[in-house]
Amino acid sequence: MRFKTMALYILGKVVKLATLLIAISILSFTLVSLSPIDPVQSYIGADMTRVSPEQRDNIAEYWGLNESKVQQFMSWGKAVLHGDLGTSLLYRSKVADVIGERFVASLALMVVAWVISGIIGFLLGIIAGMKEGTWVDRVIKGYCFTLASTPAFWLGLLLLMFFSVWLGWFPIGLGSPAGILEADVSLIERLRHLFLPALTLSIVGVANVALHTRQKLVEVLESEYVRFAKAKGERGVTLLWRHGLRNISLPAISLHFASFGELFGGAVLAEQVFSYPGLGQAVVQAGLGSDVPLLLGIVLFSTLFVFVGNLLADLLYKAIDPRMRRGGELNE
Amino acid sequence: MNDRVINEKQRGKKLHFNVRQRTVAMIIFASTILFAIIISGLFIDTEKIGINLEIKNQAPSLAHFFGTDWLGRDMLMRTLKGLTLSLGVGILAALSSTIIALILSLFSSWSKIADYIVTWLIDLFLSVPHIVTLILISFAVGGGFKGVVIGLALTHWPSLARLLRAEVLQLKTAEYVGVSERLGKSRLWIARHHFLPHLIPQLLVGFILLFPHAILHEAAITFLGFGLSTETPAIGIILSESMRYLSTGLWWLAFFPGLSLLIMVGIFDLLGRSIQRLIDPFHGQRG
Repeated sequence: MRFKTMALYILGKVVKLATLLIAISILSFTLVSLSPIDPVQSYIGADMTRVSPEQRDNIAEYWGLNESKVQQFMSWGKAVLHGDLGTSLLYRSKVADVIGERFVASLALMVVAWVISGIIGFLLGIIAGMKEGTWVDRVIKGYCFTLASTPAFWLGLLLLMFFSVWLGWFPIGLGSPAGILEADVSLIERLRHLFLPALTLSIVGVANVALHTRQKLVEVLESEYVRFAKAKGERGVTLLWRHGLRNISLPAISLHFASFGELFGGAVLAEQVFSYPGLGQAVVQAGLGSDVPLLLGIVLFSTLFVFVGNLLADLLYKAIDPRMRRGGELNE
Repeated sequence: MNDRVINEKQRGKKLHFNVRQRTVAMIIFASTILFAIIISGLFIDTEKIGINLEIKNQAPSLAHFFGTDWLGRDMLMRTLKGLTLSLGVGILAALSSTIIALILSLFSSWSKIADYIVTWLIDLFLSVPHIVTLILISFAVGGGFKGVVIGLALTHWPSLARLLRAEVLQLKTAEYVGVSERLGKSRLWIARHHFLPHLIPQLLVGFILLFPHAILHEAAITFLGFGLSTETPAIGIILSESMRYLSTGLWWLAFFPGLSLLIMVGIFDLLGRSIQRLIDPFHGQRG
């Protein structure tokens, strides 16, 4: 029976992902084809006057622009199903390759920021929750609320001004030093370029986790079993370790997994500030430069990214929380 | 332990009175500042933000609190103009998103299928990173200011809609709704007389709490280069322009406009949470 529920669960998730991706691709394709921006013109750019009308027609013909929108969508969709996302106009290479290459850079940034902000946010939340109502709590809460109102890119600019311009500790931008071959860039150099964008993202990501953890811990501390534990004489770290930690860590971790969308949004801004060559920078360039295949590809990819985050959050609950496990069996 | 609980209760009672007063004071304070920003932004004549090369690149001083930029434009004036613009866009985005959320949540009470459609739509919109959606819509509309406004207006409703839907779902099981149904009242009548009055506090708070998101997204999307032309004094554009001058040490170009935006967003957040505390004691106290 256990196996059956699991199979049903997986099947449900797969169906959900499939319908989601289909819906997103239909919607985003419709949006893109509504655009008044002429793809041929944006492709040719400034050389427009040197291209004859026949050549224009040829390009339009080659891209299948003369077909109906539905036909265009069908041929695009068919290609996507075969794993072919088309060719990026800006980078002149396969969209899948561009996304893959850029995503690796973004992933390094996002993983570092995600882990650091998770740990610091969790710790701050615990401190605030344990000291509820004191000045420590108020400082942490105030800090989190201020962070929530801070434009992420402005924070990036401040860090850039402070560390790169004023102190001169870090380079001003780019993923690797200019004028050196990609293969010759040392790991230290890469880390130096990664540091500031990752720091920006980490600082911004702390607020949500911290506030959520604090809230949960306050609830736990008001519970009956904590009161009983207190009556037995447990206090401070012991109390937290035995009764608090397990109850608050799971919600915090799954909240953190479910925040992949915000993480991606933050990465777009941070990459723009530090001219870090990641996926976020690519989507901005695709939007500004009317690179339709790349834009659609990244929309689909980021949807998948967010979905994976939510799925992991969900799985974590199912796998770790004994109440959910038992609940699942009882339902059978 | 018991003593502490009682003590806390007493303190809580005394505080409760004070919290209300403090909250009202906070609301008045926040609204005053916001009005001051709007009014000063509206009354700045374009001459003040014109180009004046004699006073270019000046650090903050008594004459120019926020300094001047590389064309001698006063940064304080440009920032105020930018904040007014952000506020206008914010109102538009928050209003339309609140209306969409309200309509969808009422629609979800119609039937099971309607509810399924609404939750599916919410999930759909939350499944793409917000910035990517904004870029996509901005591209679809063909860029420009219009693209930014439409994008912001159409994408901020899901979280509020989810909240309102849960509320409606709960209300649907209330006895008086059942009585009305038996009495043969139409669904529209029930929605108008039973659901809507309950949703109004949530709507008000939701409307105000949408501002911070909308304004920050507006700044972000203009910062990325979508929408507004470079002469428009929007905070995002001011900040993205300042990036070119950072390495030459003109720190005030980025510092003050960003800080002003932070303060404005913070005030809206404060205002929203204060009103929430005032009209919804169960939810607000935990805050």
